[in-house]
Amino acid sequence: MVATVYDTPDAALEGIGDGVRVMFGGFVTAGTPSNLIRALRRRGTRGILGMANNIGFGDLLDELCEDGQLAGMIATFAIRASSAKKSRFEDQYRRGEVTLELSPQGTFVERIRAGGAGLGGVLTRTGLGTPVAEGKRTVEVQGVTYLLEEPLRADVALLKAQRADRLGNIEYRASGRNFNPIMAMAADLVIVEVEEIVEVGEIDPERVGTPAAFVDRIVQCAPVQVFTP
Amino acid sequence: MTTHPAGLPRELIALRVSHELRRGMVVNLGIGVPTLVPSHLPADHGVLFQSENGILGLAGLDYSGAFDPEHINAGGQAITLVSGASFFDSATSFAMIRGGHVDVSVLGGLQVASNGDLANWMVPERGGGSMGGAMDLASGAKRLIVAMDHVTREGTSRLLARCTYPLTAQACTDLVVTNLAVIEITPDGFLLREVAPGVTVEQVIAATDAPLLVAPDVREMTL
Repeated sequence: MVATVYDTPDAALEGIGDGVRVMFGGFVTAGTPSNLIRALRRRGTRGILGMANNIGFGDLLDELCEDGQLAGMIATFAIRASSAKKSRFEDQYRRGEVTLELSPQGTFVERIRAGGAGLGGVLTRTGLGTPVAEGKRTVEVQGVTYLLEEPLRADVALLKAQRADRLGNIEYRASGRNFNPIMAMAADLVIVEVEEIVEVGEIDPERVGTPAAFVDRIVQCAPVQVFTP
Repeated sequence: MTTHPAGLPRELIALRVSHELRRGMVVNLGIGVPTLVPSHLPADHGVLFQSENGILGLAGLDYSGAFDPEHINAGGQAITLVSGASFFDSATSFAMIRGGHVDVSVLGGLQVASNGDLANWMVPERGGGSMGGAMDLASGAKRLIVAMDHVTREGTSRLLARCTYPLTAQACTDLVVTNLAVIEITPDGFLLREVAPGVTVEQVIAATDAPLLVAPDVREMTL
C-alpha cells in the first residue's frame, strides 16, 4: 500500500494506544522525528516500549519521561558512564521505574534489519565475552563462534526525512538517514515526518531512500529547533 | 598511593597516535583523546575519517556557529566534510565497521589486558554506561589502537593481566598509546616499544600491573 497524507503530527498518530512498541529514527539531533515525539507526548500514550539509538542526548525522547509515558527502552546509548548531566530516563532507570536493554549499535541496526527483512536473527562476533552475551545462544559457522541476536520489530515506527512525495517515497538528507530507512522496514505502521511533501514525480527515483511500499503515513512539519547536546 | 610520572598530556598522546595513520586509510575515531588526533595530521593527510552515524570523509569540527542538526559527528557536534565525502545509513555504516572495511579504529580505554581484552564502556562503581558503537568498533576494525592514561587518578594501572571491568570486546587491541608508553599486544603479552620523553623503562614497568616484555630496540617516542 502507498501512504496517506496527514495534516498534523497529532492526526498522524491516530489509533495508537497504550502499551505500544515504537521505533524512533534518529541519531542525536540528526533524522530525529521531533514533531512526532512531541505529538506522542501530547497524546498521553502510556506504557510505551521505545527503540532508538539514544535517549536523553540531543533527542527529545526524554520529554516522554516527564509524565512517565515510557515503560522501557531498547537502545545503544542511554546511561552515561560519568555522573554529569543525567537525563530523566536515567534517573527513572536508576530508580527501577523503566526497563533498559542495551544493544551494541551495529547489532541493534542489524536486528531491526532482520525484523524488517523477514530474517530469523543475526549472527555476530560483537558482544562475545561481554555482558551483552549473557543468556544468549552461540552458534558455530565455518569454525567461527557467533552470538545469536534475535530480530526486532515494532508496532509503530516514527521517522524523519527531508522530503516525501504523495505516494510516500522518501528522500533523506546528510546524516539524517541513520536508522530511518532500516526502521521503515520493521514496523507494522510507519509514520514519517518530512520538511516538505511534493507531487509524485518530483523526487528523482535515484534519490529515493525509502520506497513508498514501506511507508503508511506522511506529515509535513517545520523541523523543531534542536541544539548540539 | 604509588606516584607515577605525569608523562604526556592528552594532546601529545593524540600526536603519537597520529603517526600510526597513513594516506588512504579508513579510520574511525572514538570520543575523548581520539577526537584530538586529526589536528596533528598535515593538511593533505589523505586519511578518510569515518563516523558511525553514517559519514565517510569527516574533515573537522564546524566552528561557524551555524548548527545543522543533520551534519553532526557521533558526539553530536557540528562537522565539516572533505571533498569526496559520503553519507549512508546505519546498517551500511556498521557493515563498514563490522565487515573489516575500517583499517584503524582508535578508542579511549578504561582497562586493557595483556591478551588484548578492552574495557571502555562501563564503570561498575558509577552504576552504568552505554556501549553505543564501541563493541562493534572494537571487534570489527582491522587494527585497534587504544589511547588512554596509563594509570587511574588513584594511581592504579589501567594495563592489567585481566580486566576487572565488563569487557567491550575480547582480544581486540593491537596497540596501546598512553601518557607513558607505546605498548604492543603480542601473543606473549604486553611488549614495550617506546617510552615517553623523560620516562624510564623501569617507571613503565612499575605502572603496569602485568608482565611487560621490553623490546630489544625500545626507544623514546618521536613526537
